[in-house]
Amino acid sequence: MTRQPKRAWWVRAWLALLILACSQTLWAQQQAPDFTAKIADLTTSSFSKRAKAIEAVVALDDERVLPVLEALLEGDLYYRKSDDRVVIAVDAESGYRITDVISGEDLGAVGKRDVKKIATNNRMRKNLRVQIAAYKLVNKNPDVRRTAAGDLIKTPSPEFLPILQKAIANEEEPAVREALKVARAVILLDSDQEVDRLQAIKDMDGYPNKYTLAMLKQLVRQNDDGSYNEPSELVREEAIAVLKGLEAQETWYKFVEDLFFGLSAGSVLLLAAVGLAITFGVMGVINMAHGEMIMLGAYTTYVVQLLMPNLIEASLIVAIPAAFVVSGLMGIIIERTVIRHLYGRPLETLLATFGISLILQQLVRTIFSPLNRSVITPDWMSGSLQVNGFLSLTYNRLYIIVFALLVLFGLMLLLKRSFFGLQMRAVTQNRAMASSMGIRTGWVDAMTFGLGSGIAGIAGVALSQLTNVGPNLGQSYIIDSFLVVVFGGVGSLWGTFVAAMGLGVANKFVEPMAGAVLAKILILVFIILFIQRRPRGLFAIKGRFVEG
Amino acid sequence: MTSQARLAWLQSDVGGKRVLAIILAVIIVLPLLNLLVPPDSVFHVSSYTIGLLGKYLCYALLALAVDLIWGYCGILSLGHGAFFALGGYAMGMYLMRQIGERGVYGHPVLPDFMVFLNWDALPWYWYGFDNFYFAMLMVLVAPGLLAFVFGWLAFRSRVTGVYLSIITQAMTYALMLAFFRNDMGFGGNNGLTDFKDILGFSLQADTTKVGLFVASGVALILGYLLCRYVVSSKLGRVLISIRDAESRSRFIGYRVEHFKLFVFVLSAVLAGVAGALYVPQVGIINPGEFSPINSIEIIVWVALGGRGFLYGAIIGAVLVNYGKTFFTGAFPEVWLFMLGGLFVVSTLFLPQGVVGIVQQWKDKRAEQKAHAQGKTGEAVP
Repeated sequence: MTRQPKRAWWVRAWLALLILACSQTLWAQQQAPDFTAKIADLTTSSFSKRAKAIEAVVALDDERVLPVLEALLEGDLYYRKSDDRVVIAVDAESGYRITDVISGEDLGAVGKRDVKKIATNNRMRKNLRVQIAAYKLVNKNPDVRRTAAGDLIKTPSPEFLPILQKAIANEEEPAVREALKVARAVILLDSDQEVDRLQAIKDMDGYPNKYTLAMLKQLVRQNDDGSYNEPSELVREEAIAVLKGLEAQETWYKFVEDLFFGLSAGSVLLLAAVGLAITFGVMGVINMAHGEMIMLGAYTTYVVQLLMPNLIEASLIVAIPAAFVVSGLMGIIIERTVIRHLYGRPLETLLATFGISLILQQLVRTIFSPLNRSVITPDWMSGSLQVNGFLSLTYNRLYIIVFALLVLFGLMLLLKRSFFGLQMRAVTQNRAMASSMGIRTGWVDAMTFGLGSGIAGIAGVALSQLTNVGPNLGQSYIIDSFLVVVFGGVGSLWGTFVAAMGLGVANKFVEPMAGAVLAKILILVFIILFIQRRPRGLFAIKGRFVEG
Repeated sequence: MTSQARLAWLQSDVGGKRVLAIILAVIIVLPLLNLLVPPDSVFHVSSYTIGLLGKYLCYALLALAVDLIWGYCGILSLGHGAFFALGGYAMGMYLMRQIGERGVYGHPVLPDFMVFLNWDALPWYWYGFDNFYFAMLMVLVAPGLLAFVFGWLAFRSRVTGVYLSIITQAMTYALMLAFFRNDMGFGGNNGLTDFKDILGFSLQADTTKVGLFVASGVALILGYLLCRYVVSSKLGRVLISIRDAESRSRFIGYRVEHFKLFVFVLSAVLAGVAGALYVPQVGIINPGEFSPINSIEIIVWVALGGRGFLYGAIIGAVLVNYGKTFFTGAFPEVWLFMLGGLFVVSTLFLPQGVVGIVQQWKDKRAEQKAHAQGKTGEAVP
């Protein structure tokens, strides 16, 4: 008896759920016929009836409406002849690949003759454009509204004026409101009322956008016959003032963008050089095969993507530890077999590791072919962050900057805070003393070299997102990396950081003045001269050295 | 001083004398076999072989130049290919001017690539290269000047060891990038090619090829004698002391940077001469010669042959390049494995190269002999 109420509770809950589900289905069924019927009306053969049908569809409050309207405008809306189902079609190998607009169900590929296009005429398209814009401008998401306003700036046309006026009146988000005003202004700039044009130019003030900038420039330009595109002196003066502000803004954002590019190039250099800073700076070993460790990392990314073709989005996350292990192991093997025998003979080490780099390159050429391999960029890495009309930052570069900083930070933590780092620094400072304190110097050497190589592998993962992955990938970075390490001061991670960022940014800013190749030459010459002045780099470790 | 004593620097160099004798024999016998023996005879030497060996001789001279600074002064230059290429470009410019109206565009003064790039006048640095003697002077001056400026800056601020190696590599890399540019006026990507004749002799003729071959051999012999003279002179002793203990030499009172600069410039000039002889034999010079890997390959020739023996460099250059010709022809896949392996093996197991191995073996035998005769005390130290 005691279990009775419990059961009743359970049953009641279940019933409640059932009822709720039923009512949901009922509600959906009630809604669905409306949308279905309105959509079905589009298949009518008469243009006037179809125009009415479109109006009816526009009036629906349904998220499926927008794709239909856009497909209709692009001429991608069809209906299947066999059952009159309205579908969106995209070109496939033979015929189309169609998707049902009502259920969103993929109906597979059909022949070109199985479907019929829902044709539109000029007037309908014009109307559609306005309707689509209006539809987007009342979207709940402010980002969508803002993007829609941005699109309208690019394609000014008087027919958008009424919906813009309405949208401005209803808009509460200040940023979107500003964008909408500018969208209205680009239309009003063609107005024959001087006061409208003046207001339009005032609205454009301070809003960063390439199109408005071009329009204003056009406006104040003097034609060959001495007349201006803008007849009114007053409007022209206002335009010149606004233009000045916008141009100053553009220059500033151009500078920010260059700086960003420079920093991202510097981050790539940092990733490539930081491993070298460990092997060269901490161990004093010149590893000419360092570039090939980067290459191995890039190829590891390629192989990881081959192994998990369905999980491309996650492939980079997997590739980072994989590349670290592959390159790190290769580094340990090289250290144990070759470099171990050459400590204290830096020039010989340089030659032997150069030989290893040739072997690794040829190995990759034999296994993967000498051609470049393409590494897929996951969606979250592609595209760009549109900060405003003048400034957009590509995601891959943004991530690389963050990633490089994380790697540097992690490395510093490892060196300064871990037991292994302590041992490593001890061996660096005084090998004999460390050895007599019971540190296995041979083991520390191998691990240090493995660490440096592993980080090069990680750099390879990052580089695979920026450049082609080929057997020569590493070679192109090795000279730059050495210069960064030497410029920054051997043995100093901070020096490497400053040198890499400095060189990246300097290269970016010299480039427009002198061209890419000459910029590179100038930087090289600068470093050569710099090393002459300060042979121990920017952040030299203080101490007394006899030679070397 | 008797003439015997005066030539002691050469007399004591047994290995060097042997190598020189072989080179001398080769540049006398092979041309005869090429020009006088009919092509269908077994003893005929083809012009292809002559050209190939001529190339090796130029490489040997280049290796000699590198051994002079690396083997005797401890300067590991990873940019010597730049001096070689500069000498080659100076010669190439002379050869370009000799083409005259026979170019594709038939312009009387401008080389083809300048016509192609729509230039209307010769750049100032091309003036004078129609004169053979001026061009030859430039073969010496261009690499020498670069080496002087670079060396003066580097040695004065005591850039040594691997730092020097890296900036020499950066130097040749920068030059490569520069020469790849079309507006440098050196033919850009394609470099200088399509040469017709030198001093009025057609470059296609067998006699010209033989002449160049003999000239390369003579240059190598003279270069060897010069290097040998330098290293066995008092100056050479100082160089060796700098190699072995730079600071100590400085404290004793020698101006280390002056000695280094002298030998560096001399070495660069020798490399330039090698480049100048190389270009007419292969018929092209392009920016690829500046690539860092070329410079580093020279090092392996010297390392394999035996660093610090001078004639070891010659042996190494010929051996490695013969291997390269053979393997790139027979098993192109394997060559880079071989070359890479050579670097590793020669540094790990042959620290003194092939010549060093032979020397060791000889010493051992002499010691055994001495043992047998009961005169252990007099064995070669």
